[in-house]
Amino acid sequence: MSQAIHDSEVIASDAVLTVDHLTMKFGGLTAIDNLSFTAARGDITALIGPNGAGKTTVFNCLTGFYKPTEGMITLSQRAGGAYLLERMDGHKICHKAKVARTFQNIRLFGNMTTLENLMVAQHNRLMKASYYTIGGVLGLKHFRKAEREAVELARHWLEKIDLVDRADDPASDLPYGAQRRLEIARAMCTGPELLCLDEPAAGLNPRESAELNTLLMEIRDEEQISILLIEHDMSVVMEISDHIVVIDYGEKISDGTPEHIRNDPKVIAAYLGVDDEAVGESS
Amino acid sequence: MSNTEANGHFDMKAALKDAAISALLTFVLASLILGLQIVDRNTGLVLVPRIWLAAAAIALVFFGRLALHMFWWSKRMRVDKPPLLPTTKLTAGLAKITRIAAPLLFVFAIALPFFPFSDRYIMDLAILIMTYVMLGWGLNVVVGFAGLLDLGYVAFYAVGAYSFALLATNLGLSFWVCLPLAGLFAATWGIILGFPVLRLRGDYLAIVTLAFGEIIRVVLLNWYTFTGGPDGISNIPRPTFFGLEFKRFGEGTFADFFGLEYSSLHRIIFLYYIIVVLAMFTSFVTLRLRNLPIGRAWEALREDEVACSSLGINTTNTKLTAFAIGAMFGGFAGSFFATRQGFISPESFTFIESAIILAIVVLGGMGSQIGVVIASVALIGGFEVFREFEQYRMLIFGLAMVLIMVWKPRGLISTRNPSLLLNPSGRSPARQEGAA
Repeated sequence: MSQAIHDSEVIASDAVLTVDHLTMKFGGLTAIDNLSFTAARGDITALIGPNGAGKTTVFNCLTGFYKPTEGMITLSQRAGGAYLLERMDGHKICHKAKVARTFQNIRLFGNMTTLENLMVAQHNRLMKASYYTIGGVLGLKHFRKAEREAVELARHWLEKIDLVDRADDPASDLPYGAQRRLEIARAMCTGPELLCLDEPAAGLNPRESAELNTLLMEIRDEEQISILLIEHDMSVVMEISDHIVVIDYGEKISDGTPEHIRNDPKVIAAYLGVDDEAVGESS
Repeated sequence: MSNTEANGHFDMKAALKDAAISALLTFVLASLILGLQIVDRNTGLVLVPRIWLAAAAIALVFFGRLALHMFWWSKRMRVDKPPLLPTTKLTAGLAKITRIAAPLLFVFAIALPFFPFSDRYIMDLAILIMTYVMLGWGLNVVVGFAGLLDLGYVAFYAVGAYSFALLATNLGLSFWVCLPLAGLFAATWGIILGFPVLRLRGDYLAIVTLAFGEIIRVVLLNWYTFTGGPDGISNIPRPTFFGLEFKRFGEGTFADFFGLEYSSLHRIIFLYYIIVVLAMFTSFVTLRLRNLPIGRAWEALREDEVACSSLGINTTNTKLTAFAIGAMFGGFAGSFFATRQGFISPESFTFIESAIILAIVVLGGMGSQIGVVIASVALIGGFEVFREFEQYRMLIFGLAMVLIMVWKPRGLISTRNPSLLLNPSGRSPARQEGAA
């Protein structure tokens, strides 16, 4: 773990995601209030906070489901391109800016097979290869080759999440833990620069949770993908995160390494509740 | 409805209550239907009360139900009461049958005109059924694959028919030139309808498409100078066989060229083959599309639109392509309809047509090709068989629908074939082990 923290400090200057003064208001309710943070490239950044703190709202702003009231969200790619996510349509954020996400309540294509779920994730690449369907209808070689490559990529991820045997079964028949893993694999099949995971460990048993940790660290170390995750399970957060951002009532209350967060009195106060005086003294 | 307790114990009070409710229902139904009769007397129509008949029906239901409670339901445990109709075994059986039946049906469809029993009536019926099969396959793209409930599909059928009729009668273009144009026009209208309804789903989408279908019909009915309004368009040219016409007399007719004796059946058989080819084309293209990225995107859209968008799929374009392609096949079928009839009017494009096509898709099993064939044969053929019971056939139609939906809520053929397999040789190894 200390090694991971060390690495993050070295490359911290290279940010994959920069959130500047993000504010999201729903009518009179301010769900996110002037939130700024950065996620470094190649890091696992965790976004934590008590229930209703606004974590999922941040995600929805990042991935285009909400248009933020104020603020700027910049994604910079490894190749050098930069995208202002708050100005893009939902599907372009995945297609152009290369941000993929999973959902708190799993959103798989239940009646389609596991393999088909992973193929849908490669839609844009395959559409191009099929010359927007025309080449595909005619059965051109070019498209068949692209499709084989797509199946190979899917197989690669099925091996990683240990679901090769269930590739041709409907996704809704899979056990809950496998569905969670499949959703992560599906997001990875889009070829993202940044992977956003909304509570990936929710509902997993300790063994599955440990497997998830391994998977996420593999994604970071072998595939060199940056991860932003929301999580309640502290065993996951503390073990794999390089950097943690804590929010409460839409405001950032702490930001730093897991070690720093663990000892921050404000965080402890937000989670466990402390007398107002105690918070005032400590800060 | 049985209120008898599960352990077989007989509860008189509950049974009486149940019987009374059933009798009340019968009273509501029977009081007007059985209790009054309209008789044509010299003085005009007179209502004659038939109280005894209604009373007898009510009494029969009351005591019958009571007897069922006492002697039949009380003796059986409700837990092991078998379902109304067998389900699981039949589903697997049907799936197996379809794999064998599809090529057989195809051969049958090709050979049909050469069977000795294929007279004019059979061929006309076959053409009608094939038209609905084609429409069903076209609508399947929108409803079955993309999951967009379209109640106005007949609008595209009408657009196709009128485009062909107007192009052919005004500009003198032939059927084969007009066919792609009619498809193109219908597809354009599909996109025009698609744009405003992109944000709608389910019930709301159904209502808007229903309205769209009516708008098209009303416009056709009222735009007298262009469409001829209720008079319709007549003298629509018949299709030609590479320039050879199907006429009794004159030079360069089909019979003359091939040295055959003239028969009016030639033209019918020719029309039949046109619709078979068009339908096969529809089936080929839709099946092909289903296995392409676009088809998977349609199905993914049906399953979860939000997830689609998060995977970088442009949901707008995906929906519009589904609408456009579905509409295009509707347009092809429409122009075929126009050339077969030789006369069209807005009468042919009422809401009931949309409802029948949708019923074919839903009964057949959404997304299933062979299911659509079975459902169209059953529905359209059924209409013909029950032609003598004109007044009752909608009743039977409705009853059959209710029964099928109770029995198989997802349509006759509800198994879904994956668009591609990772382990094509047999199913997943894990499952085989489980089965062994």
